[in-house]
Parts: sequence; structure tokens; C-alpha cells
Amino acid sequence: MLEAIAFYGLAALILGFGVMVITARSAVHSVVFLVLNFLAVAVVYVVLGAEFLAVIQVLVYAGGIVVLYLFVVMLVNQKRTPEAHHDPHRKTGLGIMLASAVLAEVTAIVVYTASAPSASPIPVSSPVVGGNTEQVGWLLYTDYLIAFEVASMLLLAAMVGAILFARRMD
Amino acid sequence: MHLYPITAYHYLVLAAALFALGATGVMLRRNIIILFMSIELMLNAVNLNLVAFSRLNGHVVGQVFALFIVAVAAAEAVVGLGILLAFYRNKETLNIDEVNLLRG
Repeated sequence: MLEAIAFYGLAALILGFGVMVITARSAVHSVVFLVLNFLAVAVVYVVLGAEFLAVIQVLVYAGGIVVLYLFVVMLVNQKRTPEAHHDPHRKTGLGIMLASAVLAEVTAIVVYTASAPSASPIPVSSPVVGGNTEQVGWLLYTDYLIAFEVASMLLLAAMVGAILFARRMD
Repeated sequence: MHLYPITAYHYLVLAAALFALGATGVMLRRNIIILFMSIELMLNAVNLNLVAFSRLNGHVVGQVFALFIVAVAAAEAVVGLGILLAFYRNKETLNIDEVNLLRG
């Protein structure tokens, strides 16, 4: 019962903040709603038993990426809002059609899975030795060591690329 | 599917709705920054799916995969925002419709 209350409350928060992100007029408001959305998703991770990922979500997303977005929003001084410009070539109808196609596809998948024989409730995970963090760390440094190293190289490349892009080209 | 008790399907439906929201944002907004944020929403939906499956299978591999997605999302945001700043310096706009430097 407790999980149901938590789930529906959090789902309402996540979807509500998600709608606010894509409908907010000012980009700063969007960023703020994005932080709240990420925090609600982190709480869902805790409910699902992924505590380490929840901490990473708060640190990396809500703490790092969103601050980056905020910096960029503050850096670009918007004299005229992008929404004010009207491009005659813009196909809004096609955009709405594609968005509703995605929506219909997702709805079809949901209906299909819902009509399947009802799934058993999530099994209570057997008590394992060590916490969630230990398990994730163990996997990360044994089975997925190469992927881990590749990810670190990716971050290094992204850092170099970002510095290169942001530098003023003279 | 019933409203109660909560199964993994409930989390999948939530993630699907979040993904659809992100897709809608990408297709309907013109501000590039808000487009990037919609992409982050979609990446979050995928992570939610992975964590729900990880709970369903009782194994943490899904969470490890989600961790990698977070890393890739960070790299994507950094490079994307760098490109955005360089573009803004050239054209003084953030409208996605005016990004047509490479149009033939």
C-alpha cells in the first residue's frame, strides 16, 4: 500500500514537472522544473532499491548538468525570444503528427502489455551480502571494467571538445 | 493490469509517458536549450526503464547500464551546450529553425 501511494504521488510529480519543462515560457523556469523532475526521479530510484543510482542522479544531473544548463541560459542574452521568430519553412503540422505518432506507438505498447496476463507483483529481492553500492561497484570493476574505462575516455574527449568549442575563435 | 499492487509494468508505463513528453518537447519547441532539456527527459525515461527491469530481474546489471547512460548524457550535454554557445556567438539566436548553416 505504501509503495502504491509513493508511486502515484511520484508519478504525478514527474509527469507534472515534465509538462512544465516543455511548456514553460522562459528557459530559466524550464531549468528549475527540470531539477525538480530529476529529484522526483531520484526518489523513484530509491523506491526501486537503486540507492547508488539515486545519489548519482542527484549529484550528476541535479547538481552538475542542470547547473551547466543554467550557466548557458545566463550566458546567452536573449534579446528576442526564439519563439517570436516564425520560419515559413517550419512544418508545425508535421511535428505534431510525428509527436502523436510516437505517443500512439507508446500507447499501443502500453495497451499490449496491459492486456497480457497480469504480471506477478515485483518479487522481494533476496537479501544479498553488501549494499546496493557494493554490488554495483563490484560489477563495474569486474565484468564491465572495459566499458568503464571507455566511458572515462568518452568523458575526457567530451571535456576536450567542449573546451575547443567554447574557446573564442580568433 | 491493475492499479494495485504496483508491478514493474507501472514503472514502464510511467517511463513511456515521460519519454513521450520528451519527444513532444523536441518536436514542438523552438528554443534549442529547451530541446536539449527534452532530450534529458527522454534519457531519464530510459534510465527509469532500466532500473525497473533491474528490480524485476533482481539483478543490478540494469543499474550499471543506467550509470553508463548518465555518463553519456553528461558528455552529450557538455558537447551540445558547447556547440550551442559557438552557434550563438555566430548567429545571435537560439531558434532551431535558424540553424541552417549546412543547408545546401
